[in-house]
Amino acid sequence: MKVRVRCFAAAREIVGTGELVVDLPEGSTLIQLLDRIQGQFPRLQGLAGSLLFSVNREYAPSDKRLSADDEVALIPPVSGGADV
Amino acid sequence: MFDITDRSLSLEPLVSAVTRSSSGAVASFLGVVREQTRGRQVLYLEYEAYREMAIPKMREIADEIRRKWKVDEIAMVHRIGRLEIGEVSVAIAVSAPHRHQALAACAYAIDRLKETVPIWKKEVWTDGEEWVGPAR
Repeated sequence: MKVRVRCFAAAREIVGTGELVVDLPEGSTLIQLLDRIQGQFPRLQGLAGSLLFSVNREYAPSDKRLSADDEVALIPPVSGGADV
Repeated sequence: MFDITDRSLSLEPLVSAVTRSSSGAVASFLGVVREQTRGRQVLYLEYEAYREMAIPKMREIADEIRRKWKVDEIAMVHRIGRLEIGEVSVAIAVSAPHRHQALAACAYAIDRLKETVPIWKKEVWTDGEEWVGPAR
């Protein structure tokens, strides 16, 4: 199944785009989605402890099961950026 | 009135939008970009919103307010994009028959907005930068 993933703030900068489409096995959870995205973008691990999620524009716990065509968002509360 | 905008904000349109013949008080709040944060010199702020979720979350806060206080109307507008020091990032107005409800509801609105509405600011300092988002 395919889900849309919206990325904001520090997550968007790490991923390099505001939106991804990720193909996951049926019944996958948010944590499994995050594992997949982190595999592709390891720097997201720096946010992982503080990252919040929404599914279809409602905050959702990380064990929530996803359905095809869900709109997930990665919502980083606070995240350090590189010093310049 | 609940909105996200890339234009400069002022209070008057919100005050006009919330004032009713039943209103005896209008309380308002402006968030302004300050030049120092946690001891660091701010160059500018960059705001970003998850608009499709942020506006419904503002409406939810208004529903919470109506369950807690007798108010007439509520307006919240948040700006996005690059903001310079002294510019307004968020404006809130709440009207009510009496001042205590208006003031309490306005304070609640900005506290909840910072907790639940998915809007981020990137603080760009002279010596670094950091994203700050909803603090749930």
